[in-house]
This record gives sequence, C-alpha cells and structure tokens, in this order.
Amino acid sequence: MAKKIKVATTSLAGCFGCHMSFLDIDERILQLAEVAEFDRSPLTDIKHCGDIVDIGLVEGGLCNAENVHTLREFRKHCRTLVAVGACAINGGLPAMRNHIALEECLAEAYLQGVGVDNPHIPNDPELPLLLDRVHPIHEVVKVDYFLPGCPPSADVFWKFLTDLVSGREPSLSYELVHYD
Amino acid sequence: MTTNPTITIDGKTVPFREGETLMEAATRAGIYIPHLCHNPEFTPHGSCKLCTVQVNGRNCRACTFPADVGQTVLNDTQELNDTRRTITQMLFVEGNHFCPSCEKSGNCDLQGAAYFLNMLDGHFPYFYPSRQMDASHPDVLLDRDRCIFCELCVRASREVDGKNVFGIAGRGIGNRLVVNSSSGLLKDSELDAGDKATQVCPVGAIIVKHHGFEVPIGERIYDGKPIDEVSLAKEMAMGEGENG
Amino acid sequence: MPLTELERGRVLEIVRRHGSEPTRLLQILREMQEEFRHVPGEAMEIAAAELGVPRPQVQGVAEFYSFLSLLPQGRFHLLISDSISDQMLGSRELAAYLAEKLGVEPGATRADGRVSLGFTSCTGLCDQGPAGLVNGLWLSRLDCQRIDLIADAIERELPLAEWPGEWFAVEDNIRQPGLLLTGPIEPGSALKLAVENGFDAVFTEIDRSGLRGRGGAGFQTSWKWKFCFEGPEELAICPVDKREKIERYVVCNADEGEPGTFKDRVLLNRYAHQVFEGMTLCAGIVGASQGFLYLRGEYLSLRPRLEAVLAERRSQNLLGVNILGQAGFDFDIEIHLGAGAYICGEESALIESLEGKRGVPRNRPPYPVTHGYLGRPTVVNNVETFTAAAAITLKGGEWFASHGTEKSKGSKILSICGDCARPGIYEYDFGVSIAQILDDCGAENTLGVQVGGPSGTFISEREFSRRLAFEDLASGGSFMIFDQSRDILQIVRNFTHFFAHESCGFCTPCRVGTSLLRNELDKICSGHGTAGDLVELGNLGRFIKSASHCGLGQTAANPVLNTLERYPEVYQARLKSIGFEPGFDLDGALETARRLTGRDDAMAHLEQEES
Repeated sequence: MAKKIKVATTSLAGCFGCHMSFLDIDERILQLAEVAEFDRSPLTDIKHCGDIVDIGLVEGGLCNAENVHTLREFRKHCRTLVAVGACAINGGLPAMRNHIALEECLAEAYLQGVGVDNPHIPNDPELPLLLDRVHPIHEVVKVDYFLPGCPPSADVFWKFLTDLVSGREPSLSYELVHYD
Repeated sequence: MTTNPTITIDGKTVPFREGETLMEAATRAGIYIPHLCHNPEFTPHGSCKLCTVQVNGRNCRACTFPADVGQTVLNDTQELNDTRRTITQMLFVEGNHFCPSCEKSGNCDLQGAAYFLNMLDGHFPYFYPSRQMDASHPDVLLDRDRCIFCELCVRASREVDGKNVFGIAGRGIGNRLVVNSSSGLLKDSELDAGDKATQVCPVGAIIVKHHGFEVPIGERIYDGKPIDEVSLAKEMAMGEGENG
Repeated sequence: MPLTELERGRVLEIVRRHGSEPTRLLQILREMQEEFRHVPGEAMEIAAAELGVPRPQVQGVAEFYSFLSLLPQGRFHLLISDSISDQMLGSRELAAYLAEKLGVEPGATRADGRVSLGFTSCTGLCDQGPAGLVNGLWLSRLDCQRIDLIADAIERELPLAEWPGEWFAVEDNIRQPGLLLTGPIEPGSALKLAVENGFDAVFTEIDRSGLRGRGGAGFQTSWKWKFCFEGPEELAICPVDKREKIERYVVCNADEGEPGTFKDRVLLNRYAHQVFEGMTLCAGIVGASQGFLYLRGEYLSLRPRLEAVLAERRSQNLLGVNILGQAGFDFDIEIHLGAGAYICGEESALIESLEGKRGVPRNRPPYPVTHGYLGRPTVVNNVETFTAAAAITLKGGEWFASHGTEKSKGSKILSICGDCARPGIYEYDFGVSIAQILDDCGAENTLGVQVGGPSGTFISEREFSRRLAFEDLASGGSFMIFDQSRDILQIVRNFTHFFAHESCGFCTPCRVGTSLLRNELDKICSGHGTAGDLVELGNLGRFIKSASHCGLGQTAANPVLNTLERYPEVYQARLKSIGFEPGFDLDGALETARRLTGRDDAMAHLEQEES
C-alpha cells in the first residue's frame, strides 16, 4: 500500500465553521482516510505536528500574537499550506474591527460597554495580546492555495483534496467558488 | 447592396453599426466582455478597466472604444483574463469587502466578476481603509467601504434623476464618494429610495433599506448563473428594446 | 465656524468677478484659498449655488488639487519641494530644521494660525534649490541661515511684500543657448510676416520644419494644427468656409510638472512675447479666437510679468480684435492657474482643469484636437513648441529642419539638475550624445541620468553614448544627474512615492496599483523584502504600465522597471535570505495592546522574522 499523505488543520481567528464544513464531506471521509492520515488537528486533538505534513489547512485570520506563533509553527511543518475560508484569506468578519482603533474596541468591551462591572482591560499574561488590526494569513506566511468561502463547502474540500492527492493541479469550477 | 461593416472578436466575425463601441457590438453579438463601471443605460465611463481588450495588439477599453473596420479584437484570452483578475483583486483589497456580512452578496457584480475570473484570493496586502458609513437616510444606506468608484450612482443621479446627489471628491487612493448636502449626509440630500441612483450600484455601497437578505442563499443571481450569462441576457434584451 | 456676513459677501464677490462662470471654478477656489487660507464648506455652497454647479462637483475640485485645503492653513503657508534634486541638496533636513524652529509639524497648521508647513512636488527650481513656496511664491536657495531669517520674519508677522527680494530671486541660468535661446524674436515680427504672406505660408513653413511637440510625446505640430482646423469628422461634410465659424481654442501647456523640468519657467520669464506670438500664429492658422496659458500653480510668481506682457501685446494690437489690422483676426489669451496637480500636464486632464473640473484624463477617442475645450477643436502645445513655431515663422522651416536628426528636427531645451558643476538651461540640436551633455555641464563620476523625468528613462553609465532624440531617448526637458555617491533605490522611492501621490484615482490599475507599488518598494528598501517581493514588484510594475488609463499610470512604474533591469544586484542586496517576511511591523502591531494592558513579557512581543 502506498504511503498515506499527511494532513493537518488548525484554526486561528475563525469560528470553526470551516472545520464543520470539512466534516460535511460525510461518509467520503472514509475514502479520504484510505489515502490520508490526520496529524495535528482539532479533529484528532493532536496539538502539534509530529513531523512534516504534506498538506496543512488553516482556518481563520490573525487577530493576536498567539495566532502568529501558531501560524508560523504550522507553516514550518507543512509542505503545502492552504488558506481556508474568508477569514484566512481576507481577515473575514473579525477584520471588520479594523477601521475601529483597538483602544476603542477594548474600551467598549471592557470599560464603558453596557453591563460592564469591574471595568478593566484583561492583562493576564496567559491571554494573547491583540494585534492593532486583523490580517489575512498571506500577509505573514507564504500561502500555496486558497479555498474561498464562508465556509467553503464540503465539495470544495473534497475537490481540492482529491485533486491534490491524485497529483492534479487543484482547480475549482464556477459552482465551487463563492465568498459567503 | 452594402454589407454591414464588421470586426472580429476572438476570431468571430461581428457586425457593428456606425458609432458603436466595441462593447455594444460585442453585446449585440452575444459576446460577453467583463465590465463593472459600464451599464448601457448611461454614458460610458471607462474607469474600472475590466473591459480591457486588445485591438490590433493594443490595449483598449471596450466600453469607450469605437468599433471600426479592420479591427482584430482579442477578448477571452488567458492574458486579458489575468489582467482582469488582477484588477478585480485590486478592487477587493482597496475597500472593505466582507461578502459574508453584505446584503448584496450573491447579487453583487464585483463578486460575480470575481467568480467568473476564478479569483480565489485578494493576492495583495489589504488596505483596510477607514471610510465613513452613512446610515442617516431613512430608506437608503451608504456603505462607503464597498464603493469601487464606478460612478454609476453619480451618472444615474445626474442623467436620470436630475438630482446630482453624488460626486467623487479626494484624489488618487484617497478618492471618496460624497453627497450633495450641506451636512454631507444622505438624509439631507434629495435622494429618494425609488431613485435610479439607488438601483445601479454594482456592489453593496448603496443599499435600499428594509429589503436585506430577502432571497435565500442558493437562489441569488450569481449562485446559479455566471455573470456572463446574466449580463448578456440583461443587456442584449435592453439593446433589442432600444432598437425595437 | 460659520462665515460672517462680510465673508459671505467676499465669497460672492469672488464668484461674480469671474462672471459666475463654471469654467472659472478652479480660479475661484484658488482665490478663496488665498482669502480665507482654506476653502470653507459654506463658501463651496455659495459658489455651487451661484455657478449652478452641484455641490459635490465643487467639493470634488476643492479636494483634488493639492494647493486647495478644506482646513485652515497658516497665514504663512510654507511648502518645501520634495523633488529628488531638492532632497539631494538637503531639503528634508532643512524642512525638519524649519519645523523645529517654528514649532509645527509638516502637514499641520500651528495652533495660533500663523504658520503651516508641508511638502510639495517639484517647484521647478531644481537648479537653485533647496526650494520652496511661501503663500505660493518661490523661495530659492534655502539654507539654515535663510531659514532662521524666514522664521524670524514669520514670527514678526512681516508681510511678504517686505521680505527681502533676494529670498524670492530666481535665476534663468541659461548656460548654453542654441537655435532658440540665442535671443528672442522681435515682438510682433513673426506676426507681421504672417499677415503679409498669409497664414497658409506660415503653415507651410511649420510643416517644412518638421517640428514635433516638445512636451515629450512628439506629435507632429503641423498635423495637430491641421486636424484642429479641419475639426471633427462629423463636420467633414461642411464646406470649409462654414467650418471656419466653429469656435476653436489654442492652449499653451505651461503645467511643467515633470520633476526636474524648468525650461518653460525660463522661457516664460525671458521669451514670453515669443510664446504668445507662437500661440497667436497658431490661432491664425487654425481659426481660434480664444487662447489659454495653463500656468502651473507653482509658477504663480511669474503671473504678474506674464500679465504685463499680455497687456503690452494688447496695446500693440498683437492681441485683441483685427490683429495688426487684419480684419477678422481676433485672438486673446487668458492665464489660467493650476493648483498643484501633476496630472494636469496630460492634455485632456489639462482641458478638464481649464473647464473648472477635476484634472481627470478623458477617454480617447475623441481626441482633444477635435473635441477639446468645451468639446471644440483645441490645440494644446508645450511652451517650447510655441516658442519654436514663432522662430520658424520668421526664419523659415529650412532653417529649423537643417538641425537635428532625421526624425527629430531642430533643437531641444534641457533643464539640467542634480550632480553637476553647472546646473541650468542647455539647448542642443537633437542627436547630441548624453556623454557630451554630461561633459558640458561638468558632471563627474556619474552613476546614471534620469532622462525625461520620473516618467522617462533611467540610463546607466554604460549607455552614455545614447542620443537625445525621439528615435532614441525622448525627453520633455528634464535631465537629472546622479553621481556614484547616490543610492539608486532612494531615487526610485522618491519617484514612486511621487506617482502614488499624483495619481488622479480615476482608473483602478493606477489608483490602487501606484499605492501598492509604493508600499512594496518601501518594504524592499527598508530591508524587509524577500525574493518573492522582488518578483511581485516587477509583476506589479508591468501590470500598471499595461493596464492604466493615461500616461501617468503607463509610466509610473518606469523608475522601478528601468532600474530593476539595469541594477538587479542593488535590489538583490536589500533582500532577506528567508522565504517570507510580513509587510507590516508585527511587534509594532502589539504596541497598543501592550500599553493598554501594561504588559511587557515575552509573549507580549513578536519577532519580525520567524526564528
């Protein structure tokens, strides 16, 4: 039997909707499991890539320092890195805060907002610090492929992965390209 | 008998009438040339550059360039579609286009053109500009984040509504859509929800309120049909209406 | 703050003095700027109502031109030229010194409203910089000592009229005269000859001379004039005598905005009669009765003299009705000022600006020569072209055509600046080698020359045998010399920033592309670029060049593309060896959060490069 290709996934500033959509490939996951095995992923609960993986799927953009560390570590372990979904590709909905100063955002959430008691901006070192703006991942690491959608449909994942696994240049037909 | 003058587009012979632009001739012949700032109802503008074609080897804008005997036009080529995709990417990174949260999504021409051109990402670093939203009008929303400076609203308000509600101010990357009122707000302008100017925005910058998300996902314009079919069906019918 | 009754009256007065003509909008806004140190919102509204122009159009114009401001500027408004030639003479350091001295940041107005400071594109004093403008008037040869005195005058609120004349002094610096600069023609002499021999004879001489437009593009002048006379195709069915009834216009393009060009400044200062004479001859040939001199805003200092020359010509019947007694030969010239927009040097943008609009280049066809000012046939020619036309009328086409090369007849006037012993004005017959020019102006250890300004060509020392001519190196007149001590990337950055600043924003490729190009280049120059960034820079440059609407966008990437081709190693040396680096400051992006949380632990920081 041929060696299985290794797939990893991770989620940054996203909603896990892309991961959910991936799982919507339903029973096709069994076919996939015959040719691929999963390394790091919320689906396997493996926290760090054991070794170099063939394909890494990233959901979500970069909104804090931890996202940057995670992405960089992930990139290092992936031969092919794929930006999955609107947030990874253009920041997505989290980036809608970009035209509001971070200071204002935090003040609204933790200082002056409705229903705030004990107003203070959380400063526990365990909490990742927010970046001034949310960025798409291609602004911080090299990205090899983009799967647009919010989320990309299960068919997009399926088409893309089957293309890649069988050595074809991945391509998405008109029906598979959408941004919402 | 005189024969109609013709040009060729991608090798196909296309007749044209005196004074017609390449876009008009192509549309009548059922050939789609991607475009955003062009709408046959208004004076051609030529600013988005999506309709760039090659005429006898030179880049020209199909929406403004007159058809003439002896023209060999290239339209649907890899090179031109690459150029058009890059232009579309530039429009996406220049503004704040968050499709999942936009009422226009699925019916948006920018999105439709991007789908047609198989644009998968914005490619360039995003500008994330800070632009003023104007929700002051009871019936119309102006979300400048989504404006692509096609000036269709400017032309519609001037040419059809006779109100001159919109204009472009600023310069270069600082261009911005401005409103005709002392406060600069839509509520103080003469705009009515029924104006032509509220109906021509190709993106979600000018939205008539109270009608968001009425069509379910899957049934919106570009969910099923690509923009070439949609655009040709609409604009060919308009052409026939005119020539009755 | 609302305007007072008196101020509202002043606004109306300005508008009405211009006949409440919408085509005068830019001139009106200039005067408001001068009167109120800005264009107040209320004033725009009054003007809109009085002119019958929609308010957004007035605002659109007010926001388009750099010299108009919606926020109050100081009573003394200082602009420092940011052209590369001024920067090489220390303009940036001087501006910083001035800012400190006056206690005002560039781009700001001091709280007391006395002074404001900013940078501006080339002011056309490249041979006598560092230069600047105070309330629109030239300041030449700035240095620390002069800055001290200027700052002192400002703090004392000394009116400009009482500032020492030498602060404003501008030299012509004609170093090497040629065909045209050996001396101006006798005012009226060419016109007299034209009236005697007829305009057909003048046209024949212009045609025979082979004169081509001196703005850079080099269109055959006689053809342009002929097309203007013939007018639009739809008139072709009219008999020629009917066609003569159509209004036509003659426009002199004195929007000399290409950085490093200042030869028109000298021609207008010393050869104004001859320039106007050339325009009048053109009017006689094409049948125009109205002419415009579109004078760039930076050349405001020249206006009084030019107005005086026009008045003199009117008094000598060289302008006005029945010029030199020829019945029906009516022509006059109006000076129209620009307001800080490079794009208005493009002829159709210039015409838009003349009509009082934003300087946005038109779609072509139709061409300005048949559908120009107010949709009428219009000749737009460079200052130097009209100067040459007047001389040719007098001395004959043969005289002119016997100089130069086969495709480039006559001479070219160059404005030379940068690293050379004798910057100034040089006139050469076309075909002269770059090496000869460098030798004449005393340039040593030359690294390269920017021929034709930022939109032209950067040539390296290996190319100095190339020749100045339309067949080889065309130039509108800019000739900037850089010696071996200069940093090529710094030069390219200056030019690339310039184009992003001057893009009118009409078309997508230029509006977005020039800013993307600027940012990408900055990333590489600041040492954060990778091999991928360099590929991106070239791709982006080629895209902007091929996809843009007008000459600005089509040439905006030339500095990048020219130098990428000639000096790839200079770019390579700035690159990181790593695979990728972010285009923004990662750790800086955490600064706000650090401040708000008071954190400074290891996790509160990010490395720019992946470790």
